[in-house]
Order: sequence, then structure tokens, then C-alpha cells
Amino acid sequence: MLSFFKPPAIRGGVHATEHKEATANSPIVSDFPLPCKLYLPLQQHVGKPAEPLIKVGDQVLKGQLLAYSQGLVSAPIHAPTSGLIIDVNDYPAPHPSALPIRTIVLATDGKEQWQKKTLVVDPFALEPEEISLRVGAAGIVGLGGATFPSAVKLTQGRRNKVHTLLINGGECEPYLTCDDRLMQERPKQVIDGIRVMLHGLGAAQAIVAIEDNKELAFIAMQAAAQSYPNISVIQVPTRYPMGWDRQLIRYITSKEVPAESRSTDVGVTMHNVGTAYAVHRALRASQPLISKVVTVAGGAVGKPMNVELLIGTLISEVLAFCEVDSEKTARLVMGGPMMGEALPHSAVPVVKGSSGILALTATEIKSTVEQACIRCGSCVNACPAGLLPLEMMSRIRNNQLEAAVGFGLKDCISCGSCSYVCPSNIPLVHYFKYASGELITRQQAQHKTEQTKRLMQDRQARLERIKKQQEEEMRQMQLAKQQREQAKAQAEAIS
Amino acid sequence: MINCLKLNSSPHARRDSNIRAIMQQVLFALCPATLFGVCVYGWSALFLFIITVTAAVIFEAWCLQLAGKAVKTSLQDYSAVLTGWLIAMTLPPYAPWWIGVVGAGLAIVVGKHVYGGLGQNLFNPAMLARVGLLIAFPMEMTTWVESQTLFSQALPSFSESLRITFIGMDNIDAVSGATLLGHVKTELSQNHLLPHSLDGLFNIPDAWLGLMRGSLGEGSLFLLTMGGFWLLHKGILRWYIPVSLLGTVFILAMLFSVYDSSHYLSPMLHLGSGGLILAAFFIATDYVTSPNTPVGQIIFGIGCGVLIFVIRTWGAYPEGAGFAVLLMNSVTPLLDHYIRPRIYGRDNKGKPLEVVD
Repeated sequence: MLSFFKPPAIRGGVHATEHKEATANSPIVSDFPLPCKLYLPLQQHVGKPAEPLIKVGDQVLKGQLLAYSQGLVSAPIHAPTSGLIIDVNDYPAPHPSALPIRTIVLATDGKEQWQKKTLVVDPFALEPEEISLRVGAAGIVGLGGATFPSAVKLTQGRRNKVHTLLINGGECEPYLTCDDRLMQERPKQVIDGIRVMLHGLGAAQAIVAIEDNKELAFIAMQAAAQSYPNISVIQVPTRYPMGWDRQLIRYITSKEVPAESRSTDVGVTMHNVGTAYAVHRALRASQPLISKVVTVAGGAVGKPMNVELLIGTLISEVLAFCEVDSEKTARLVMGGPMMGEALPHSAVPVVKGSSGILALTATEIKSTVEQACIRCGSCVNACPAGLLPLEMMSRIRNNQLEAAVGFGLKDCISCGSCSYVCPSNIPLVHYFKYASGELITRQQAQHKTEQTKRLMQDRQARLERIKKQQEEEMRQMQLAKQQREQAKAQAEAIS
Repeated sequence: MINCLKLNSSPHARRDSNIRAIMQQVLFALCPATLFGVCVYGWSALFLFIITVTAAVIFEAWCLQLAGKAVKTSLQDYSAVLTGWLIAMTLPPYAPWWIGVVGAGLAIVVGKHVYGGLGQNLFNPAMLARVGLLIAFPMEMTTWVESQTLFSQALPSFSESLRITFIGMDNIDAVSGATLLGHVKTELSQNHLLPHSLDGLFNIPDAWLGLMRGSLGEGSLFLLTMGGFWLLHKGILRWYIPVSLLGTVFILAMLFSVYDSSHYLSPMLHLGSGGLILAAFFIATDYVTSPNTPVGQIIFGIGCGVLIFVIRTWGAYPEGAGFAVLLMNSVTPLLDHYIRPRIYGRDNKGKPLEVVD
């Protein structure tokens, strides 16, 4: 009876059509032809953009540092192959806006000449701080899509004394299978990366959570983790958004991360399996993050696959390699269909955060006319965060953004579950993203007005002060003059 | 290079569902009970049904045009058909044609489009129409005829039925009578006590099969319940409102009938009579006019149940489902304002949870 009152472990969410069959059962393709040019944006992570070290005309080697990390939250960029730097300039970013972003352009020379590698040492002989440093120096960011610098997360975890490292092998986004394939094909390397991260964190145990639709990955990972009692591999139900760290933490540890706090506050930190693999490469082979397994899928893709790509490869080349039918492509998406970003064109590069490239057909995106909200409450049931999407939407439509905040706008994680289930085809997430952006703009405007007001007041006060000062000086001068005249008159009188 | 200039926010996938499909499922769930009703009440019931639904669609088209909305695409969502259908289900089957037309007009124009159309109305349009008709035309709305066994010879013929619907009944008193709840109310007011006054009037199997006097949709409770279960199975309804509503009526009726069975109807009689099943599965559960959180829906259901029981037992009207649903509809915005799901990482008041290690 008590368990009846316990809150359900998984709240909300949807079971989206998986579409994973096309790519889940074929091995990762690693013979993608070397592109002629690679485009390396200086901002491929959360935080400050990297600062270039090289100049146009420099000859660089594979793995060489091209741009160093700036500030506390940032990540460096390395040369994915050897070649010539031909430009450092603004190029379209892999973002819905495709706005120009500072980018290093590398003309490859086809020699694949590695830079002299630093000596590989046993990572377990290193201090935990040194692990963070090396992970940071390798330019590793969260490869689940958040692209938060991993070194910063490891350091935060170590400082907060986390006890559990949660490894997200959920891959709850439809279509994507790159983590699945990585776990199936390179489980030993992933587990090794997890061990290194555990060492770097000083955490007691690691739990690898894999959705129960990835049976083979689960078996492979379990076999690889067998000899390490501090790493357990478990299956979790297949339900989107299982990969939301807070959802997974509650499901596994039955602890809820308080709002406005970090997961490290409950002693847990979460990393992605792709990140663990990158950590393994960085520490065991001293290879920075220069390539990435990407799922290329969708109805318009002739040869869907998981392919290992160098960072900076143009998406147009990837699409050509996978025989994408441009006629059938109704939408290009970078990432998964639930949270990925639509791209206006394919002349943008693959970046560290690219987990998938989807070329979706019109039937797949089911873009139909928006209808009236019938208050069916599907979105309320689907929301994993416990919000009321329909109420937020109706407030935002009437420009009552503060009221929408009252319904929990700031706790929205943009997972897309509400839009996915809406029978009226209302782009709920679009409203929420708009409102969040608008609120920030308004806050900034408010801040600016206040600042201006303060400056004005200061100026007024200053002028007042100067005026008073001048008057005072005037008064004194007149006083002095009077005294002088008086003295003069007295002197004259005496004489 | 591929250009896809029409950009959209994520998600880029959607579930296969739309308003039209939902409405179709509801209509499908209503079909068996409606067909049955037509069979036991004859052609007149069918005429009235067709007139009401057609009128609802015409009023909808007219309102959509006035509002400058896309008439054709909006009509295709079947919401007007469902409203008309539900009104027809609550009308006495031999009511004259204009009752159906006035009802459809009340529901679509006053109950729905005055508020701004689909999804904007405060009250359930079908119930608003029914209650409006009941108050304005009490005679026509309470002339209940005897139902007949399936395909019985006693049913009026096609031409007779046309006459009943379009001109009126000649010998009203010969074929009509009170519904069970109406009968009980009259008898009790004359101090005739219950078990006696029900003699030979009511047996539970008849009620569940639908062989009782009543409106078209009060007919076969069995078929209506099956329809309700179908919607639950399809995930279109959630159990909160039907279970809390029926449960409340059942428990209240049980308590009172145990206390004094000569004045209070037994729970099975309550469940088996009037429009309770129709209301529990098809009317109170209307998405637009019911709360959108589970707790809110349970409170809504309990409220409807209590009001139905109170009106049936002590009110002036024998059946209270319509009034009860309308009254609770007016509480829905309040319920939605105060009852909200708990946000992840926050307590019920919206404050962040305490950090516990």
C-alpha cells in the first residue's frame, strides 16, 4: 500500500516511434573519404569560444592544438588531420540561424601526419586533478549533445565529492544509434573510459544505464564491465526523455535533484558513453577529440549508417556519401528529432556536439496545420517536469510571459514531449523557447534602463555637487573680496 | 547542397493523432448505443437524431464563416457532429423536430462559438443545450415513450414516425409515461414508499439492456459502458472522471439506502437509470470543460457525483446529470488554477526541494 503512494519513478514522457532499425544493426563505417577542407568553428561547446593559436598559412599536424581554451568554461580545438590553415574567418554555424561564426579552415594534405604524441602513462598513476587537466586539454565536451566541457564537470564532481558516476547509454532520441553501436563495438574502451573518469572524480561507483531496447549493447557492456565490481550495467525502460539527467537520477537513485541545484548536490554526476569513449582515447592514446561517430538517418537517406567523421567535415559531403535524396528531404536536422536543431542548408560542418544528421521526409515530420487547443491534457501527461504546457502556451499567446513563468516556464527542459503528443499540432516548445528568449531580452532591456537611470541620477548629483561647490567658492571669493575691501577701507581710514 | 529554408522548432517528429481521429473514436464508441436506441424507439428517433446532427453542422458552418475561419477544415474535425450527436442522445426520442434544431443552435452558437469556438467554451455545449431546452420547453422535454422490444410491431411505422417528428403526437398520454426517476419522485411526493412504488417497474437486467423509458442515449447502459471502455482502452479517456463520478454516486446511494431504503433508491437503481452512464463516460469527460490534471479530474468527478445525487434525491428535477456537469464546469477554471502537478525538484508550493544527502 505504501508503494501506491510513492511517486511514480518515471513521470511523463512519450514512447516515440524508434526508427532505429535502419542503422542499429550495421557496424560503424570508418572509411569516410578525407574531405579536402575542414571547417572548425571556434565555439563548439558551452562557454567562451576558443582563441586561435595559428595564423593563415601555417602548416599543422594531426592532433595539433589550433585554438586554446579561454576562461574557466571553454574547450580547445585540435587539428583533425594534417594540412594547411587557409583561413580564419566567419562561416555559417551549424545552427538554425546559420549565422556566421569564427571558423578555422584547414586544407587537408592527405598525409594524416600525427604530431609527436606525448608520452602515454598509466592514468591510474596520475593524480585525479591531472585527469581533469588532460580531459580538458583534449577538448572533450559532453557528447550527449549538451557540449558542456567535461573537465569542468569532472572537477565540479570531485569538489562536491560525488559518490556515483551515472553513464547515460539511454540514447532515448529516435533514429540515433551511435551510442548503441559504440557500446556494441567498443565496450572495453567505453568501460575503460568510465574507470578513468571514476578515478578522476574519486567516486565510489559507476552505473551505466542502457534502455531495454538495446539488448546487444547491454550484453556487450555487461561482459566488458564484469571484472570491475564498482561498475554496474543496468537496463532502464525505453521511454523518452530517459536521457534527461534528472529523470535518470530519480529513476536509479530515487533521489530528486532540487530545482535551481546541480545533480552533484545529491552526489551524482552524469556523463555520456560517447564522452567516456573520448576520455579513453585521450588518456590511453593521447588523442584529442578530433572525430566522432555520427548517425546519418531519415527517410531521405539512401544508405543510412553510423559513420566516424572528422570534426569539421561539411554536412553536404556526409549527405552525398550516404546518398541522400535532396528532392525528398523536407527537413535537415542536426541531432535527434526530439531536441535536434533544424538546419537551413547543408553547407555547415560537423561539430563536437553532432550526434546525428537526419534528412527527414515530409511524411516523417508530419507537418500539418495547427488547430485549436482542445485542452485534452495530453501535454500535461507527457511533461516529465510536471508543467502545464497548455496553460503556459495560452499565456504566452497573450504575451503574459510572467504568468507563463508562474506555470513553470523556467523549469521547461525543451524535451519536446508535449509537442510530440499534441493532437492539435501546436508547436508548444517553440512558444516556450520564444518566451524564454524574450524574457531574457526584456530583463536585459530592464537592466539597461535601470543602468541608464542610475547614470542619469549620478550625473544629476554630480552636477548639483559641482554647482554647490562653485557657489561655495563664489561665496568665499566674495567674502574674501569684501574682507579685502574692508581692510583696504580701514587702511585708508587710518591713513 | 541541400536547402531546407522552412525551419521549425524541435521536435521534428509527431505522434499520429489529431482532433479528428479522437472525435471519430468517440463517435465510434457512441454508435452501438445509438443504433440500439434507434431500434427500440423506431424511425422517429432516427429522424430526430439526423435533424439534430445536421442542424449542429449547419450552425457550426455558419458560425465559422461569421468568425472568418476556414469552414471546411474546421468542420472536418467532427466536433460539431459529436455535439449534435450528444444532444440527440439526451432528447426524448419522440420530441418534435424543432427541439433538435433549437438544441443544436443553443449548443453551437451560445454554448461554443460565443466563447470563441472550439476549445474556448466554459460549459459543455450539449449539456447547456439540454438544460436550456428543459427549462424552456418542459412539456416536450419530458414526454417519454415506452421503448419496445427490438423490431417490435408496436413501433410506429415510417409514416407515423414522420408525423410524430414533424407534426406531433396525437395520443400522447396513451404511449408516454414518466421515467423511473420521475416516477419515484412523484410517488415519494405522495408519500408512497419506495419498495412498493417500484413494484414491477424496474428490474436491473432491463435497464442494462436498455428496455426502459428514457431518452435515446439513456437506452442500453451495457452498450454505453462498452463504448466507455473502448475509449479508456484507446487512451482517449482516462479513468479519473468516470470512476470518481460513478463511485461517488454509488457510495452515496449505498449509504442512504442502507439508512432508509423506503425513501432512498438503491445504488444499482441509481447507476442503472437516467443519463448517469452517458454523463460519466461521454459528457463529464469532455476535454474542453473538465480540469486537465488527474487530481483536478477526480475532484471534478466527485463534485459531479455529489451534485447528481443531491439533485436526484432532494431537487425539483428527477434527473440532475446536466445541471451537475454544468455547475462543475464552472468550477473547472478554479480547479485548474489551484490544482497543479508538482514540478520536478520543487515542492507542491513551487519552492525548490531541500538538498538531502
